[in-house]
Amino acid sequence: MIVQCSVIFAFLAMGELIVWLTGAPVPSSIIGMLLLAMSLKAGWVREQWVDRIADFLLKNLGFFFVPAGVGLMNCLGILRAQWLPIVMATVISTFLIIATTGRVHEIVRHYLSRNRSTKS
Amino acid sequence: MEFLENRFFLIALTFLCYLGAQRLQRRFGGISLMSPILLSICALIGFLIAADIDYTTYREGGEFIEFWLKPAVVALGVPLYRQLGKIRRQMLPILLAELAGCVVGLVSVVVLAELFGASREVAISLAPKAVTTPIAIEISESTGGIVPLTAAVVVCTGIFGSIAGFKLVSLSRVKSPIAGSLSIGTASHAVGTAAALERGGERYGAFSSLGLTLNGLLTAILSPYILSLMGYTV
Repeated sequence: MIVQCSVIFAFLAMGELIVWLTGAPVPSSIIGMLLLAMSLKAGWVREQWVDRIADFLLKNLGFFFVPAGVGLMNCLGILRAQWLPIVMATVISTFLIIATTGRVHEIVRHYLSRNRSTKS
Repeated sequence: MEFLENRFFLIALTFLCYLGAQRLQRRFGGISLMSPILLSICALIGFLIAADIDYTTYREGGEFIEFWLKPAVVALGVPLYRQLGKIRRQMLPILLAELAGCVVGLVSVVVLAELFGASREVAISLAPKAVTTPIAIEISESTGGIVPLTAAVVVCTGIFGSIAGFKLVSLSRVKSPIAGSLSIGTASHAVGTAAALERGGERYGAFSSLGLTLNGLLTAILSPYILSLMGYTV
């Protein structure tokens, strides 16, 4: 477990370092995630060094969001006054994002594969 | 009653609420509204209000749970690595889909909010609702939104995506599992990704985490420009 934690926190710390050095407006955890994927690919880090902690963390990802969600209680006033626009905008926009992303991906992929097959 | 403000008590309570919510969900399996995240958030808010404990006090315990969010996002690098081959082969469709999803998401949520009568401040706070909390907070702060509102709406969007994401995918007639999981991550960040991992396994999780990453990066870069193009002073 010490090896597993070392790897995860080392990559998180690297992410923090990059944010600190560059002032990039990107969270350190996302940089750490990309660096970890690249290092696994390059063979600098072996999968069995991180697989168990990754499994544990990802299985419980939802739970870690609970305290942030409890923060809702701090904006009950705004929510009471403007709940309708907030709910409608969030729900409809979420649907639009899913539809757009999914459809564009399928259409471009379909178009590319058809192009490839007509060329050959 | 001061014991109720003890941080270890509050941590234990958070675990127990989640455990209870998971049990409930298992017993009434199929009722997807029974999201353990949503249920435990509601139960905790109810308790805190009844016991007259403010959020700042709760955070003293809660931050130890929230702390694990960052390492968990780093851990998403593992499923991402396992799918790198597939991702590389689909670079162009993925990038175009993300760009479209990001712009549509930003514009639609702001326009809809104002259409339904939200104040400008609230509309701006909703703009980064699809991306993961740390990015969303950063954006909300720099564009003049209400930061606690953004944080709360981000979590709610995630819960909505985790409950309804797969239904919305089939409603949009998106058939490929890759396109579907990519769009769930794009629309509902890590909470949606957790659901994608749970229901679809590694491959879904990898494309969903790719969606949350790319949309996070694009939203961080584009939202100030898009908001000012829409006439908001940021």
